[in-house]
Formats: sequence, C-alpha cells, structure tokens
Amino acid sequence: MSTDFKRRQITGRGIPVPGNDIDTDRIIPARFLKAVTFETMGEHAFEDARKQNPEHPFNSKVFQGASVLVVGQNFGCGSSREHAPQALMRWGIRAIVGGSFGEIFAGNCVILGIPCLRASQEDIEWLQKAVARSPQQAVSVDVEKQEVRFGDRVIKASVPDGPRNQLVNGTWDSTAVLLEAGAAIEATAGRLPYVKGF
Amino acid sequence: MARTLLDKVWEAHTVRTLPSGQTQLLIGLHLIHEVTTPQAFQMLKELKLKVRMPERTFGTLDHIIPTADQTRPYADPEAEEMAAHMYRNMKDFNLQLFDMSTGKQGIVHVIGPELGLTQPGMTIACGDSHTSTHGAVGAIAFGIGTTQVRDVLATQCLAMAKPKLRQVRVESALARGVYAKDVILTIINRLGVKGGVGYAYEYAGPVIERMTMEERLTVCNMSIEGGARCGYVNPDQTTIDYLRGKPYAPAREAFDRATTWWKSIATEPGASFDDVKKIDGVSIEPVVTWGINPEMSVGVSQRIPSPDAQPEPERPTFREALAHMGFAAGQPIKGARIDVAFVGSCTNGRLSDLRVAAEVAKKGKVAKHVRALIVPGSQQVAKAAEAEGLHEIFQAAGFQWRKAGCSMCLGMNDDKLQGREMSASSSNRNFIGRQGSPTGRTLLMSPAMVAAAAIAGEIADVREILR
Repeated sequence: MSTDFKRRQITGRGIPVPGNDIDTDRIIPARFLKAVTFETMGEHAFEDARKQNPEHPFNSKVFQGASVLVVGQNFGCGSSREHAPQALMRWGIRAIVGGSFGEIFAGNCVILGIPCLRASQEDIEWLQKAVARSPQQAVSVDVEKQEVRFGDRVIKASVPDGPRNQLVNGTWDSTAVLLEAGAAIEATAGRLPYVKGF
Repeated sequence: MARTLLDKVWEAHTVRTLPSGQTQLLIGLHLIHEVTTPQAFQMLKELKLKVRMPERTFGTLDHIIPTADQTRPYADPEAEEMAAHMYRNMKDFNLQLFDMSTGKQGIVHVIGPELGLTQPGMTIACGDSHTSTHGAVGAIAFGIGTTQVRDVLATQCLAMAKPKLRQVRVESALARGVYAKDVILTIINRLGVKGGVGYAYEYAGPVIERMTMEERLTVCNMSIEGGARCGYVNPDQTTIDYLRGKPYAPAREAFDRATTWWKSIATEPGASFDDVKKIDGVSIEPVVTWGINPEMSVGVSQRIPSPDAQPEPERPTFREALAHMGFAAGQPIKGARIDVAFVGSCTNGRLSDLRVAAEVAKKGKVAKHVRALIVPGSQQVAKAAEAEGLHEIFQAAGFQWRKAGCSMCLGMNDDKLQGREMSASSSNRNFIGRQGSPTGRTLLMSPAMVAAAAIAGEIADVREILR
C-alpha cells in the first residue's frame, strides 16, 4: 500500500464548531442529497446554519483553509449520509477532534481517511478556545500516538483500535482489504441456513 | 456459557478477523434505495467490479419520489435524474428493483419486513441509518454510508467492530393511549441521544414481548436516535407468525426448518450483558418532543424543562432548542399550536399506525389552519388500508391521502414545511431543518397523537379523545 494512504499525522490550522449533538442534517441538509455525485458537497457544508448565523465559523475568513475541525459531544449523530463527511472533506477538513461522534458518521470518516479523535470535555473546551484565539497556529494531530498538540500543550485524543490501525497502516479504503478474503466469503455464506434455503 | 443473539449472529457471519482487529462480517441482506447508491455504483464501475452476490441485494425508490403525482418524468428534474440512475444501475448490475409497477414499492424499512426479506439471524445493511428497524425480527441490521454500500456490493462484507450489548428491559405494561413510539421516545429520553454510542440494544421485558411485530419495528427503528449502532428483539412466536406466508420467507417444510434455526439464535437464559437498563412501562405516558433532538421530550401532561436544571455542558443545546422552537421553559407542551400534521415514515407508516390514526380521525375534523398528510409506508400498506376504507375516513376528516414514500420525514420531495411551520409528526427526527424548511419546527409523537393534534389544531392528549 502506498504511503499516500497512511494517516499517521495531520497538521493544519484548526476550526472550532462548538455545541453538542450536531447532526448530519445540520452538516448537509437533505435537499443537497439529490445530487448523484459528491462533487458539490463542499460548497454546502453547514449551509443553513451559516445562513442563519453570520458568525458561524465556516463563514469566518480567519478559518478559511483550516483542516482540523474541533467539535463537541455526539458530533455527526443522525442520518447515515456520507454526504456529511464528504462535505467536510471537500471543504478542506482532514481530521476531526471531538468529545464523541455518531458511530455511522465516524465509520464514514474512516473510510474516507479522516480520523475522528475523542478527547475529554475539558480538553475540547480548551482547544476550541485556544484555536479561536490563535486561528493561524497549526494543530498537530498524531493518530498513532493518540494525541493532539497545539502550541506547547499536548492533549490525549483516542481513536478505537480498528480505525486507528486502518488509518496508520493506510488500509482504510476497505474494498481492497475485504476482497482479499477471496473464497472465504462464499464459504461463510454457504454455511448460513438462510443462504442455503433451509 | 449462555450466549446472546448478537454473539451467535456475529460468529455465524464472521469471514475472518482483519489485520486492523475488526471483523470482516458477511452481510446476508443488502437493501438499497435511490439516494445513497449512485456514487457507490459509480465507484464500482470505476473499479471494474461486479456485485458479488446480486441475489442478496434488493432495491426500491422511497426518499425522493413524489407522493402526489408519480407520473414519470417527475416534475422535479433532480428527482427524475436520481430515479433514472437507480433504474439504470439496477439493470446494469442485474439487481431486483421494487418500483411502483411491482405493487411492492415503499420505504425500504417497511418493505423488507413485509416482503419477508428481513428474517431472524440475518445480518442486514442499508445506506440509511434507520436500518436498525429490521432488528425487530431478530436480525443484526446496520445503517451504512455510501462507500460502505460499495463494499457490500463488491464484497458482500463490511469491516466492523462488534458493539457492546445493552439489554433494555421494559417492565410491567402500557396504559391505554400509550404506544410503541412512546416507549422508544421514553427510552431515548432516559438513556440520552448519545447513551447508546458503542452499543447494540437488545429490547426485552414483558412490554416488548407482548408487542406486535409492527410495534417492535417502531421501537427498533429509533435505536439509532439513541446512539445505538443497532437494536433487536429476540425471535419468538410473534416473529414466526408474522413471517409465515410472506412472499420471500421460506415456504412449507423449509419454513418449519427455518423456525428451528430462528429459535436457536435467540439469546439464551442467563446470558450476560455489558449493561442492563430497566424502564417501568406503567410510568410511560404519551410523549411529545419539544426540542431539536429526539431526547428532548416530555409526557403530554408535563411542562418543557428549564436549561438551568440541566448539567452545564447540555445547557447551550437546550437554550438553542428553546430559541429555535419558540418555546419558553416551564410552558406546557399541551396546547402548543401546530400548522402541519404528518403520519407516515419508516417509524410509523405501517397498517397498524394508520388504523390507530383513523380511529382518532373518526372523532372529528382536521382544524382549519392545519395541513394534514397521511403517507402510507408502502404500496402494500396503502392497498390494505384502502381495503379497510381507512383512506375514506381520513379524507372525510380532512386529511390528504398520499402515495407511499419517505415524504415529509426528511423533505426531499415536495412535501416540506414552509418557513417556521410547526409540525406534529410521527417520524423519527426533530433536527433543525429536517422536514424541508431550514427554520421549520418538528414535534415527534405517536400516530394517534398526531391525529389528535390535527383535529385539535394544537398538541392534545389522545387519551382524552379515545376515552
């Protein structure tokens, strides 16, 4: 596997989006799901939230070009729409640090090579404030060591073993890995009573 | 050691342990719809891959289709393009599509069980978070993203970590006027929208055991709203009776052999769980959400809680919810004025839901200022309802009787809220903008409560109407 796929460290400017339970409808409203490709999703990230709130971080000039998103608890809950991480990725996000994540969203991020790291409530609050104060300063996300560095402070930020291994080893693009099982797939299916027709 | 259904189904479907430590899990049934698949088929074409087990994939049209005039081409050019992609992809990859011409079209989570495609002991995946619905028959069913849809199409597998298991027991019994929707909204309220993260939910206890299959489907449907990866009910006689005679269920002797296997995969007595939570059914009253996520709910006799009574980290979301909804802390939910009433969705768009809504609709007429829609979950539901004359009851009371689809649950077709309209909805999400208007407002409740609100023009207690 090419080293291009390895997601050990990601460094870039941060963008905080405070608040808990930000759902995928909020990240990308359903009307944009009518496109048959993901290409235009980046233009519509947080579209309604941005229209309703001129102060939304995604509107702010100082955060344009940021690549590390810092969020609260249960970010990406709700709909399974991959359009949500696609929108964030196409806007420029390469890693997300948060309190916790909706599980389907987190899985969709991994399969796009975007790590979702979990940190304590206290550390998240600190990082959101620190990034807002110094938006030009880079955030360093270390997936392998499970830590995030900003300035001279390092916080713990965990990634579950499976996704961490996939990201660090560059095996997050899962189709190729799953295909390697070969005939074991049919063999497993063949043992299931319902596949055999009982 | 006594084992759970999750243990047994997981083991039976394990192809291998991946280098990442995750399981390569075989998916026994793959359900697809028009919205989350075009990109997956495109990726498959680019990779020059075939569908690995085309006989295990079934598709339908539900999310974008109009529910009023379904003549092709659809009035909305984007919807027409999306449908055209679905038809082309299903043909190119030789997959079975339940479109309107089959009489079997409907919301993917309604048609899977009603056709008997959904069976106990299966692993099921679909590019839709409400795939958890199928757990009601004793399947392990996951909502997935589009790139994972590509994985299932190409390999019939997913890379997954086995979730922890929490048993959620609903004890004693339910009072009259209290429905499965009230049970799951209460579970989500007590355990929280993030309470299920990392877990699968096994629903059990006397209330769940006494539920019909359609009621269990409602409960399992909203597992994802409680943060759980999936939810299931152990297969029992109710499950077996439900599946008997379904078009895609095994027939004759095969059905008897199937029932033996289905019973064998249920959780064994004495099995241990990572966590157990109990809820007393008697304590549940008709529930109405007042906020912007499904945890923010109260009993219909209660008042909207104050942000100040919440733990500090939750207060900003509470304040945002009150501001969006235009509610004040301490205000009773009963009497909140509504503009729209919607009965439908994969949560509550089945025949039993329409029957109970019709029972309430007989008691009056839709209030003059309310736009009320009944959207059956599938063509088969619509046909059965019409055979009973339910559509006439609804129409006489002033409800619109529509064709099957997801409709106003997510507002991807013409059925949308306008501006700040307030909706009483039998759907599953009250997120900001969910029902098609960025500033629209949603109150989730049971179909009976929606019908009651439609008639009263405001949130009412259905127990007083059914008395």
